[in-house]
Amino acid sequence: MRLFKVVLVVILSLGVCSAFAADKEMKVGFVYVSPIGDAGYSYAHDVGRQAVEAMPGVTTSYVEAVPEGPDSERVMLNMARKGYDVIFATSFGYMDPMLKVAAQFPKTAFFHCSGFKMADNMGNYFGRMYQARYLSGVVAGSMTKSNILGYVAAFPIPEVIRGINAFALGAQSVNPDVVVRVVWTKTWYDPATEKEAAKSLLDVGADVIAQHQDSPGPQEAAEEKGVYSIGYNSDMSSFAPKAHLTAPVWHWGPYYTKMVDEVRKGTWKASSDWPGLAEGIVGLSPFGKMVPQNVKDKVKALEAEIASGKKQVFVGPIKDQKGEVKIADGVAAPDKDLLGMTWFVQGVVGTTK
Amino acid sequence: MSPEIIIPLLAAAVQSGTPILYATLGEIFTEKSGVLNLGVEGAMIIGALTGFLVSRYTGSPALGFLAAGVAGSLATALHGIVCLWFLGNQVVSGLALTILGAGLANYIGTPFVGLSAPGFSPFAVPFLSSIPFLGPVFFQHDILVYVSYCIPVVMVLFLTRTRFGLSLRAAGEYPAAATATGLNVIAYRWLGIVGGGFFMGLGGAYLSLAYTHLWTTNLTAGRGWIAVALVIFAFWRPGRAVFGAYLFGGIMALQLRMQASGTQISSSILLMLPYALTVFVLVLSSWRKGTSEEPAALGVNVEPTE
Repeated sequence: MRLFKVVLVVILSLGVCSAFAADKEMKVGFVYVSPIGDAGYSYAHDVGRQAVEAMPGVTTSYVEAVPEGPDSERVMLNMARKGYDVIFATSFGYMDPMLKVAAQFPKTAFFHCSGFKMADNMGNYFGRMYQARYLSGVVAGSMTKSNILGYVAAFPIPEVIRGINAFALGAQSVNPDVVVRVVWTKTWYDPATEKEAAKSLLDVGADVIAQHQDSPGPQEAAEEKGVYSIGYNSDMSSFAPKAHLTAPVWHWGPYYTKMVDEVRKGTWKASSDWPGLAEGIVGLSPFGKMVPQNVKDKVKALEAEIASGKKQVFVGPIKDQKGEVKIADGVAAPDKDLLGMTWFVQGVVGTTK
Repeated sequence: MSPEIIIPLLAAAVQSGTPILYATLGEIFTEKSGVLNLGVEGAMIIGALTGFLVSRYTGSPALGFLAAGVAGSLATALHGIVCLWFLGNQVVSGLALTILGAGLANYIGTPFVGLSAPGFSPFAVPFLSSIPFLGPVFFQHDILVYVSYCIPVVMVLFLTRTRFGLSLRAAGEYPAAATATGLNVIAYRWLGIVGGGFFMGLGGAYLSLAYTHLWTTNLTAGRGWIAVALVIFAFWRPGRAVFGAYLFGGIMALQLRMQASGTQISSSILLMLPYALTVFVLVLSSWRKGTSEEPAALGVNVEPTE
């Protein structure tokens, strides 16, 4: 009982301390699903936050490793009560909690990453990561000798499936014989299992390992085996210096600063944003030394074409695994179809179930 | 299946079974003394973090590995204080240790997430590794796997052939009788808890020093709970624990390889297999023999005599 009282006193005093906060400056809060030190998804968002912090007259703060669900609602509610002007919540599971908090604080601007629900003061956003994945596929397709690419993937949801398809299309564009083998781990961050999944792909002959996971486990497997790898989220070359070809990465800074600026000027209206290469939100990390110049040049040219809108990733004819045409010849798939993608393109070995 | 497929599969089974094996042996040791410790997951993750940090700052993975064991012992000592000094409920105390361990390791470890530390690399045992089939499966791993081969043997010898081991088991089977013969039951239970915690810590360190060379929150990802379950299915026998741990690791490796080779079976079903099949096989294999070595006084607290 005494211990309980001590704990209570500590909790209360922490609460009182944090209640003292300066205002006048614009305050921007970020909610992250994982720790920022992980060179992964939340790290990338935090680099974006630092760009906001560098804006004059703006202070930022963040809460990391916030579990999705009721805990996140408490965190956002706390930020809103303290008078934060803008709140960014960067994981899918924050959607409904944010919607609830947004209804209570109509003057605060809310941004939710990767979801689909909106309100007058709550917009949503995500990046067209599939464009960068297409480019990384071009690199992988150029570098493979076995024509087998391994892809360690988290969960069979449209975001991940879209990325695998874009990767496969990119690889096939330079190497029609290439197949992409997919292993699902049903984890976002379990380095041991994800490394084991990469090893299982290496055992069936893959010589480039790509990943849609937040841990560098698959990179370690590729490095140890002496083959190539493609990272994700941010430059993962420190985990696999000899293997890491490149990585599709996030650059949230331009988007975050633009949104905060709009809110400050009062011009912001809640919208659903899906920026990509054109806005500089996604891109590739620096190439490894082993990537030849002609591949680099080709990727740079493609990057410019996609950014200018001259080229799109999902343009027909695109067939699914059974050989049925899913996107007709010359037709660019609309965003709605991309957001709900649940099928693999031809040349991907694996199941979306 | 051809050898090119089956040998890497079995080698992967040994490697992914090793952290679970350490933890399972630790829990068997603790339960043999009559104490149920559900805090395996907590002790493992504290061990994983300690091993990682010590290795990172001293540059010596071996020191990190030992420190992980000591940290596991210290963590489970909390369980000992609750259960042996204050006669608290063993189930509740164990659960508390799991929650505390995960929370503490995440709190202290957050700044180190995504960094790497020097760890153990595979090295082939001379002569043994060149035996056809068995060599690549068992003797081309890191040294921590070889250490784990010795522990069950030593543990069985200790529990069945030494005075200390027999006394420890007496404390778990019939503490009143053990006390009557003059044994200090509480001391032996302390040995069970702290000794078991040492192995749990080692199991955690295997994940951060050998399996991967990384630290991250929730690195153990539920392996401690698998160990708790395996103790029951292994009938508290170290030998069967080896079998169970490799079986679990093997099916985990198998389902990933089935996916990689392009099966059409849903990945959700495949991911269920390690759990379902391990239980199924271990239950089936014990159907007739049914000779469980569950300590009779498991989970029953003992009043200090002094």
